[in-house]
Amino acid sequence: MSQLLLDVNGLTMRFGGLVAVDHVNLAVKNRQVVSIIGPNGAGKTTVFNCLSGFYIPSEGSVMFNGQQIAGKKDFQISRQGLVRTFQHVRLFSKMTVIENMLVAQHRHLNTNLLAGLLKTGSYRRLEQEAMDRAAYWLKEMDLLEFANREAGNLAYGQQRRLEIARCMVTQPELLLLDEPAAGLNPNETKELDELIVRLRDEHEISVLLIEHDMKLVMGISDHIYVIAQGAPLANGTPDEVKNNPDVIKAYLGEE
Amino acid sequence: MTTKKFYNAIFASGIAFVLTCMMVGIKLDTESTTLRIEGASAEQWGWIGLGIALVFLSQLFADQIDAVFGKVPKPNLGKLMPAGEKRDVLKPWLMAALIVGMLVWPFMVSRGSVDLATLTLIYIMLGLGLNIVVGLAGLLDLGFVAFYAVGAYTYALLSQYAGLSFWACLPISAGLAALFGFILGFPVLRLRGDYLAIVTLGFGEIIRILLNNWTAVTGGPSGISGIAKPTLFGLEFTRRVKEEGNVPFHEFFGISYSSSYKVIFLYLIAVILVIFVVYLINRLMRMPIGRAWEALREDEIACRSLGLNRTMIKLSAFTIGASTAGFAGAFFAARQGFISPESFIFIESAIILAIVVLGGMGSQIGVILAAIVMTILPELAREFSEYRMLLFGLLMVLMMRWRPEGLVPMKRPHLELKT
Repeated sequence: MSQLLLDVNGLTMRFGGLVAVDHVNLAVKNRQVVSIIGPNGAGKTTVFNCLSGFYIPSEGSVMFNGQQIAGKKDFQISRQGLVRTFQHVRLFSKMTVIENMLVAQHRHLNTNLLAGLLKTGSYRRLEQEAMDRAAYWLKEMDLLEFANREAGNLAYGQQRRLEIARCMVTQPELLLLDEPAAGLNPNETKELDELIVRLRDEHEISVLLIEHDMKLVMGISDHIYVIAQGAPLANGTPDEVKNNPDVIKAYLGEE
Repeated sequence: MTTKKFYNAIFASGIAFVLTCMMVGIKLDTESTTLRIEGASAEQWGWIGLGIALVFLSQLFADQIDAVFGKVPKPNLGKLMPAGEKRDVLKPWLMAALIVGMLVWPFMVSRGSVDLATLTLIYIMLGLGLNIVVGLAGLLDLGFVAFYAVGAYTYALLSQYAGLSFWACLPISAGLAALFGFILGFPVLRLRGDYLAIVTLGFGEIIRILLNNWTAVTGGPSGISGIAKPTLFGLEFTRRVKEEGNVPFHEFFGISYSSSYKVIFLYLIAVILVIFVVYLINRLMRMPIGRAWEALREDEIACRSLGLNRTMIKLSAFTIGASTAGFAGAFFAARQGFISPESFIFIESAIILAIVVLGGMGSQIGVILAAIVMTILPELAREFSEYRMLLFGLLMVLMMRWRPEGLVPMKRPHLELKT
């Protein structure tokens, strides 16, 4: 039996009397791009918040690599290899691009104060490795020439790319992208499409995607989950979802 | 648009009128047992009128004034240094020259200047400590003086009750202040901005009131006096030794006694402490922990999503910042020889915060410059001592208009990538 990378069962999130997420199931295998779609306010981002530990789910289990992560702290989850981006770009905007990349690798560095003050061998080696990894990913994302620019001064599309680069440099196994194409022009969206495919095929990670751009979603997803009003509506391959009458109804309304 | 400006100007001058009338225009005098209200003299009323007219006009022409401020050149200190390799060669020499200058300087000037310089160095230490908490980690702390007090009282009490020397107490003071920083850090982990400011303000007051009322140990409002001065490997800087077995400095070297040796010695200790603190914090800023502090200031949620433990980062900022203040506090107690809760009132916290903001949040050179300005200016303006706070306020307003990012804004480190 091939183990699932992410296995979510009966995930429920209540805020007082409001059920924002109602028994959602998700499954992501290794090297897969899985998308969550649904109308605005369906609870997609709430699902992300539950998976990444920003909310503690009211019910349900979240198994990541065979380990229960529901109820763990956000930073513990991301250290296990599940890293997310945000709907609105969240960079450390007054810091340089390279500093952004180094902060992301905090846990890979030698954070012992004495080691840092004395610049021990292991401290220097780890710092150099972090710089090399940062350089590698900046090159991948075509951001190398901006390495010493303040992140807040980059163009919007570059900021989006930097956010993904910053996640990748933490060496995740599963990347959660929350509307990565929002605000991008068609050209940049196409580049993003190619990038996600490359992440899956070359860097062998899985991607869980929330996106409204249907062309992007239908083109790259291995599997799609549809959520409406917090509850699962349908799931399947892009073609199955596209032709599902319930999905069409949810998006276009009833006749 | 102009009418709006006009109303604005009238409103501002109205407020100025009410405030100046209360503070300058009316004086309360006691005559035996009764209070007597006394108006200001005609000359004073003239000045008040002029001040209000100034407020009115400055509000009316705020845009034009701002334009003038915009044109005032902003010195770019970064450009003073030659760029590239030349700079790397020059830098250690400049640093060495500066340090030698600081060590030689006290032997050439008056006792008073050396004393003032020592006070400045204390504020530099405090400013650098608060700079970690406010400038780097972005946690607004209005009760920083509490840690300063903890450091000072630790040394004073240990010296008085246990007879420990200054050098032994220095790390203990820093450690205890750090512990207090840690204790304060826990309840405020979830707070930010205004809420954090209020809690830290309260903490500062708690410490001061505790020192004021715990008379049995701290001596209450009358403070602790006769705190031992630091010694140089057992050599005392007094005319006659206080402790059995010690030798006075001047007898040991066979020179005549002069009280300025003590002042210079204290100054030199302060220089060494400041150099130590500057080096330490400079390293910390370039270490993962320093970057994490800044990241936390920039975006806490992003930090959490990248696997940074914000609890540890916030606590470390509070702890390390507080320990610096503890350092400064122990030295302050040793220099003064007398401390009381009066030295640790809220206005001290405000001055330290002003140093950090004026200097440029996060910038070490900025904080050092601002500390120098903030301690030397009041001394120069001695004649106006009554209006000292007024001048202080004016300076802040002008500064924030001219250069809101501080005297020397923080420069980002340039990191070279190998590709």
